[in-house]
Amino acid sequence: MSGKDRLQVFPSRMAMAIMKARLKGAQKGHSLLKKKSDALTLRFRQILKKIIETKMTMGDVMKESAFSLAEAKFTTGDFNHMVIQNVNKAQLKVRSKKDNVAGVQLPIFESYQDGSDSYELTGLSRGGQQIDKLKKNYAKAVQLLIDLASLQTSFVTLDEVIKITNRRVNAIEHVIIPRIERTLSYITSELDEMEREEFYRLKKIQEKKKKIRALEEKRKAALRESGIEIKEAPNILEDEEDADLLFTD
Amino acid sequence: MSFSEIGFNIDHGYLEGLVRGFKGGILKQTDYLNLVQCETLDDLKLHLQSTDYGNFLANEPSPLAVSTIDDKLKEKLVIEFNHLRNHCLEPLATFLDFITYSYMIDNIILLITGTLHQRPITELIPKCHPLGSFEQMEAIHIASTPAELFNAVLVDTPLAPYFIDCISEQDLDEMNIEIIRNTLYKAYLEDFYKFCEEMGGATADSMCEALAFEADRRAFIITINSFGTELTKEDRADLYPRCGKLYPDGLVLLARADDYDQVRNVANCYAEYKELFENAGSNPGEKTLEDKFFEHEVQLMKNSFMMQFQFGVFYAYVKLKEQENRNIVWIAECVAQRHRAKIDSYIPIF
Repeated sequence: MSGKDRLQVFPSRMAMAIMKARLKGAQKGHSLLKKKSDALTLRFRQILKKIIETKMTMGDVMKESAFSLAEAKFTTGDFNHMVIQNVNKAQLKVRSKKDNVAGVQLPIFESYQDGSDSYELTGLSRGGQQIDKLKKNYAKAVQLLIDLASLQTSFVTLDEVIKITNRRVNAIEHVIIPRIERTLSYITSELDEMEREEFYRLKKIQEKKKKIRALEEKRKAALRESGIEIKEAPNILEDEEDADLLFTD
Repeated sequence: MSFSEIGFNIDHGYLEGLVRGFKGGILKQTDYLNLVQCETLDDLKLHLQSTDYGNFLANEPSPLAVSTIDDKLKEKLVIEFNHLRNHCLEPLATFLDFITYSYMIDNIILLITGTLHQRPITELIPKCHPLGSFEQMEAIHIASTPAELFNAVLVDTPLAPYFIDCISEQDLDEMNIEIIRNTLYKAYLEDFYKFCEEMGGATADSMCEALAFEADRRAFIITINSFGTELTKEDRADLYPRCGKLYPDGLVLLARADDYDQVRNVANCYAEYKELFENAGSNPGEKTLEDKFFEHEVQLMKNSFMMQFQFGVFYAYVKLKEQENRNIVWIAECVAQRHRAKIDSYIPIF
């Protein structure tokens, strides 16, 4: 980026004060956003770890459930339709809650039992124990699935938010702050330059005034020598304009 | 030798020979050892081809599903059974019909639950067991109320007497469907038992033992499974079939049982059941009680092949074949799910 990239401001003390305030604001914002991004990343890592753990157990639990279905079928025969015909409403329901992490709304799914088993006496005469085991295994599997769904959703949401926050942090750090700093240094250099010019001008005027005064003195001295007394009271209401000292001769 | 045994071969000799031939086709221990070593379902299919099953899976497209195997096994059993049924004479015909009644009960229950929940009948029919199909089955959907169902459909089925005896019309919509099923089954078992007793001779000897065991098994299992459910003790007592060895003392004790240990105490009074309860457990490595019961059933069925001139072989054949189907499906499931740890818990037959 070239040094030319700065805000379009008039180099004045006031503009400098405004810029300084903006710089401070930018730095404050940067540190806050950085903290937010750190907090989110921390959470993100935790969720990632949990997802991996859940996925690992998921595999085992699913395998176990599928196998206990085979076991139940071995003792009970085909009971699929019997169960399917008898289900009229969901027993396990999911409700969603919101969790707030550094201002980000994360959805959290929570399961709850609604009503009792719709077909409690399945396999009464044969294989009831296996079916019971099967039911427990699948309940575990469903629970894990819900957990996983909640984690995955948080994961995706957090990922998005972290990306946005990081983009903002980087933008502030690498674009906005340098630009304000450049503007500030531009204002300072301009102000210095103006000061130097002013100083030079003053010096020049002083020099000229001195010269004029010396000439005047000389003229007065010559007049006094020749015996002419000058007594002129200076006019308070000077209506003559100041002579342009700087650029004459 | 009684008279019935002299005349047995005139009417039923051919079929008995046939069923003993079928029995030879039941998988042996060596066949199971081969099946257990399969890596994929296609291997399994290959091994099954070398047994009596032959090419029964030949027309199935390659990724083979366990359910297809199950269907095909069932189909084969049904074909064999229908062959027997079509060639038999009375009283074997009635006997074979009795065997199908248990499947019929399951089908009717399935259809009733389906109709109560307004499922299309075309969706339900394929799910019924083919052994238990009956002519009026397709008509079951015309009945919208249980009373209609009974008057229009069930009254013509062989199961009608069971319904009359056990279930009044208003029960059909109030009672839990599983209780209806078990009540029907109880009536069926008692009826079957009576029928076998009347046949007398060797048939009664072998069949009564098998049916008594079946009845006792149901009593035990129902008791154990009813713990922790809303089934009351009185309702439970009504479901016990009253034709087993437990009747009447054991059943009274079972009806009072509150937990597994009390059931075990009841079983301790009967030598053969005591043994089954003794080393059953639900821990890994141990056989479950149900497995024990299956093993005992297989043993009983095998014994009935030791006697000649009796109908027990037909019942035994169907039961053994069912167990074999379960074993094959179990092994297939284990292979398909790559869960080899428990692959050995099938129930060996021969």
